[in-house]
Amino acid sequence: MNVRPFGSARPDGFGAVARVLPRLALPPLPAWAVSWLQVGPLAAILLLLFALPTLLFLVVSFFDYDRVGIYPAFLLDNYAELLTTPATLRVYVSSLKFAAIVWALTLVIGFGVAHFLVFHVRSPVLRTIFFLLCAIPFWTSGIIRTIAWIPFLGRNGAFNQMLMATGLTDRPLEFLLFSDFAVIITYVHLFTLLMIGPIANSLAKIDPALIEAARDAGASRWQTLVGVIIPLAKTGIALGSILVFTQVMGDYFVVKTMSGGQSASIVSLLSTEIQAMQYPPAAANAMVLVVFVAVMVGFMMRVVDVRKELVK
Amino acid sequence: MTAGAARAGDGRRPWTFYLLGALFAAYLLFLYGPMLVIYVLSFQGENGGVTFPMVGTSLTWFAQIFEPGQMANIPVAFGRSVALASVVSLLTVVFAVAAGLGFRRRFPGSGVVFYLAVASLVMPSLLVGFGIGLGFRFLGWDASLFTSALGAQLTWTLPFGLFAMFAVVNRFNRAWEEAATDLGASAWQRLRHVTLPILLPGIIGVAMGAFTLSYDEYARTTLTIGPLNTLPLEIYALISSATSPTLFAIGTLTTVGSFLIIGATLLWAMRLQRRRGTAAPHEG
Repeated sequence: MNVRPFGSARPDGFGAVARVLPRLALPPLPAWAVSWLQVGPLAAILLLLFALPTLLFLVVSFFDYDRVGIYPAFLLDNYAELLTTPATLRVYVSSLKFAAIVWALTLVIGFGVAHFLVFHVRSPVLRTIFFLLCAIPFWTSGIIRTIAWIPFLGRNGAFNQMLMATGLTDRPLEFLLFSDFAVIITYVHLFTLLMIGPIANSLAKIDPALIEAARDAGASRWQTLVGVIIPLAKTGIALGSILVFTQVMGDYFVVKTMSGGQSASIVSLLSTEIQAMQYPPAAANAMVLVVFVAVMVGFMMRVVDVRKELVK
Repeated sequence: MTAGAARAGDGRRPWTFYLLGALFAAYLLFLYGPMLVIYVLSFQGENGGVTFPMVGTSLTWFAQIFEPGQMANIPVAFGRSVALASVVSLLTVVFAVAAGLGFRRRFPGSGVVFYLAVASLVMPSLLVGFGIGLGFRFLGWDASLFTSALGAQLTWTLPFGLFAMFAVVNRFNRAWEEAATDLGASAWQRLRHVTLPILLPGIIGVAMGAFTLSYDEYARTTLTIGPLNTLPLEIYALISSATSPTLFAIGTLTTVGSFLIIGATLLWAMRLQRRRGTAAPHEG
């Protein structure tokens, strides 16, 4: 391993390369070209693996199909069928309802926890440990964390046992598992960290002197929160909201498992169609969902100019 | 600094401290409550099921993880997941760090790339896999771990890495780079000895985040994986076929493993910090 490139006296290959480089110096590139060289690989991968496949199922959504295969065509039937089925409206309403409730809960919990960790925990070591405590469960498979709620919430589950032991109820509560309640609990359990992360990042950037100044100027805690802290944390709040919203809209596993088959989600309908190899209607369904999510996210990014805040 | 010192100085905690502290404690309880239940149930007796009551205790379910069963082979799937997550993490770090540095100046087309990344991040996961799966089918290629599945996961980890890098790069003071240039550093020396070392903690964060996202991912992977499953898909298959406390044993092992890895990383980081602290004056 004792390689000495270009006769370098130091075994540090980087130093040698660095000293040689000026000799090969090209005329300096314009700044925009340097940026494109740096951003190019990422942009190319996303174009190839995200934009192109999306275009592909846009095309397929107009195709014809039967039990054997799919055939190139330009039909609007897949969309017409999708948009006239009452089931479509029903799953959209149900998914939106879940998204709204879960968003509100994760926002309140996530903001509270982030605020506590950033402003109230004074020791940096303790803060790191607390953050890690929040993050460690996320290394366990989301699937396992979802079904972990089943023995907890079930009829003979840990929660009912506790309630009965403390005498709060004499019969096990039935609504806990395989219900909308269970679905919401699981979503909050899975997704609150997506809120905590971005909000904590925004809060950590706030200069404590600003908060002190607000207090000195006579603002109450509430006024400081509403007038200073929340406006400065709005990028984090918007990012967290976008993440939670899109995760709930894209879910199919939690709804299927925790509602006990009583609720369906948009994607669970879609995955049934994919399993049945009905690609054109699945693609139409996917396109409608993509447009819907894009409009909602676009709206959220309108309220907060995430780009201006992130890319300085 | 002075504000923090003043607050620390008066010593008394405001009532909001106790309120939010209670919220945090409740959140941790909520986070770990069901996890504790599965830790307990993973020691379920041989005749017990996935719910209470416990029928004795045993280590049967842990032993089952390591026995290749009729439908599941957990250790092999685990190996595949780790291999895939490592590659995803490495590629994400390289491309996202480069892109994060590139985004520090405005360039023509930066808006398009930004919204492309946002769209890729918010796209419902299963649909990404659906699109890539369709593409492979049309091209007549076979889906597999390091082609389609790797690609599907990158559409999720790259935007994540880019956004994390925005946060990291925003805190970076460009005066350091200007100082390096003024002192005669070449572009490469500046990157190698100034920019990257300062950004290193953030870069490690991106690597760990990408690894976690990939390791746990199933919705994007399920339609792009081909015949050989990763761990989350193997678990998914186990759930659909038959539920046994083996799943809980996997959860328990994962948590123990996570704590060990994080503990070791923390110790290593603290030692590194201490060595740097003592070594710094000599380098000056």
